[in-house]
Amino acid sequence: MDKSVKEIIVLSGKGGTGKTSITGSFAALEGNNLVLADCDVDAADMHLLTEPVTEMEDDFFSGKLASIRPMDCTRCNKCKKACHFDAINITDGIFSVDPIACEGCSYCYHVCPSGAIDMKPRKAGKFYISQTRFNNYMVHARLGIAADNSGKLVTKVREEAKDIADEERVEYLLVDGSPGIGCPVVASLTGADFAVLVTEPTVSGIHDLSRVFELIEKLKIKTGCIINKADINPEKAEELKRFLNSKNIPVIAEFPYDESFTAAITQGKTIVEWDNGILKDFVTQSWETVKKLINS
Amino acid sequence: MQIAIASGKGGTGKTTLSVNLSTFLAEKFKGTDQKVVLTDLDVEEPNSGLFLDGNLVHKEEQFRRVPEWDEEACTLCKRCAKICEFNALAFLGISVVVFPELCHSCYACSDLCPENALPMKYSRMGDLKHISLSENLHFVESRLDIGIEQATPLINQTKQYTKGHFDNSWISILDAPPGTSCPVMEAVKDSDLVILVTEPTPFGLHDLKLAVETMEELNKKTLVVINKHGIGNSDVEQYCAEKNIPVIGRIPHLRKAAEVYSKGELMFQQIPEIRTEMENIYNGITSWIKA
Repeated sequence: MDKSVKEIIVLSGKGGTGKTSITGSFAALEGNNLVLADCDVDAADMHLLTEPVTEMEDDFFSGKLASIRPMDCTRCNKCKKACHFDAINITDGIFSVDPIACEGCSYCYHVCPSGAIDMKPRKAGKFYISQTRFNNYMVHARLGIAADNSGKLVTKVREEAKDIADEERVEYLLVDGSPGIGCPVVASLTGADFAVLVTEPTVSGIHDLSRVFELIEKLKIKTGCIINKADINPEKAEELKRFLNSKNIPVIAEFPYDESFTAAITQGKTIVEWDNGILKDFVTQSWETVKKLINS
Repeated sequence: MQIAIASGKGGTGKTTLSVNLSTFLAEKFKGTDQKVVLTDLDVEEPNSGLFLDGNLVHKEEQFRRVPEWDEEACTLCKRCAKICEFNALAFLGISVVVFPELCHSCYACSDLCPENALPMKYSRMGDLKHISLSENLHFVESRLDIGIEQATPLINQTKQYTKGHFDNSWISILDAPPGTSCPVMEAVKDSDLVILVTEPTPFGLHDLKLAVETMEELNKKTLVVINKHGIGNSDVEQYCAEKNIPVIGRIPHLRKAAEVYSKGELMFQQIPEIRTEMENIYNGITSWIKA
């Protein structure tokens, strides 16, 4: 990757803190100097704000899925014994694979004495390359229902977005991450230039932030924090700031609890389009601060 | 009776509903034989425990099994690396390197190694805690270690713990992780009923639809609770009506609720409207059972 493209990931640990609203606003502010990647593939909502027009879409295959040819199956039971995921069903003496339970490890395939098992590529979802109404390119995806491997789909979305960012010579690649600390988060974080943490001063917000920060520390990524709903609990806000201070995490901004965030989303608008007053200034200022922090 | 509380979108109120409903039910059934156990399966970000206080009954480390290379036994035939579908084994010069974070614990390399040079060894995933909150309310949670990427095995083992320690006479409530992929499916797959928590916004609706599709795929009976009722619009109600999914509770959007939540306290104990909603949700569940 051309290091002149700065990759910024927005994360929260806990869901529902305003991550997607804020990411969408940043994309609106930066326009065609930014490529957007929605890596919250489990619950990809960014397109509801950015109304992307799709230019390209493709199936995404990841991993394998076992299937048993009943005609060739001798019902020896070896596959069932081998499988550690309880994915082999026997109904009326017919062996079959439970596609939801199957991890695609091929163990059954290797032990089947009659070669009755096929390992086929598994369709895990779709990804899209689109143009948003803010003139950014956007790469997004839809994970197949009950599909595995969201981490790999995240990696795919990021790679596609990086390629476009390089080709288009934009300055920023902005990634909307997923909640949690598991494989999709690790896949979206590794190698990023900066992580924007969005949190709220609640017991859960602080708890989840501290866990996701531990991960960020491990991966040695520069970071800053936006405190949303900062006035909902002054005591917890102080506790949160003490934590951030102790970890040397700069506070990018503190947003007040404001129904406008929800009102804007309900109309499919970002906060910078919805509000012309203090919230718009807050968000605009935050984006400027993020850009400064990356380059500092 | 096992009820999973799930949602597509994060932050819609799964934990809020889990802790409030469990405690509400335990209070309701106080003095009877009915007991309640809540299990937090959001092992990546377990939050239910922040709202609950009790006595530790039991704590244990949780492990999964991953292969460990036995240099002495290995003949460098490379079969293991060819077999592994997850690139969790690599040959570097004359040694085999195992990448535990990529391993799915399928045992194929270990069992199919002709020299038994890859025995499966324990590898830590996190901690499980079992807490007693009152006579008829217990709580189980697991916490994934930072840096461990796969939540599903820990979710599975936590469910096994609950199953092993609480028989069918308990009402078992599972606080599931957000999303629609493997961790959620593991969490809900053997529940009798799934309650999807959503909020009446376009984001909430979009992710609710994905969650409903996932539950349909798993053949799960689904009920909906709308949190932050009063914000947004009525599209979620309309969607549920079209899909014939009963909306059994509407937790009002109140600044006071957000404040109580921020402190880690239980809303239904402080806000009468929310207590009424817990009663409604309970009635919604029982009328589903009767139907």
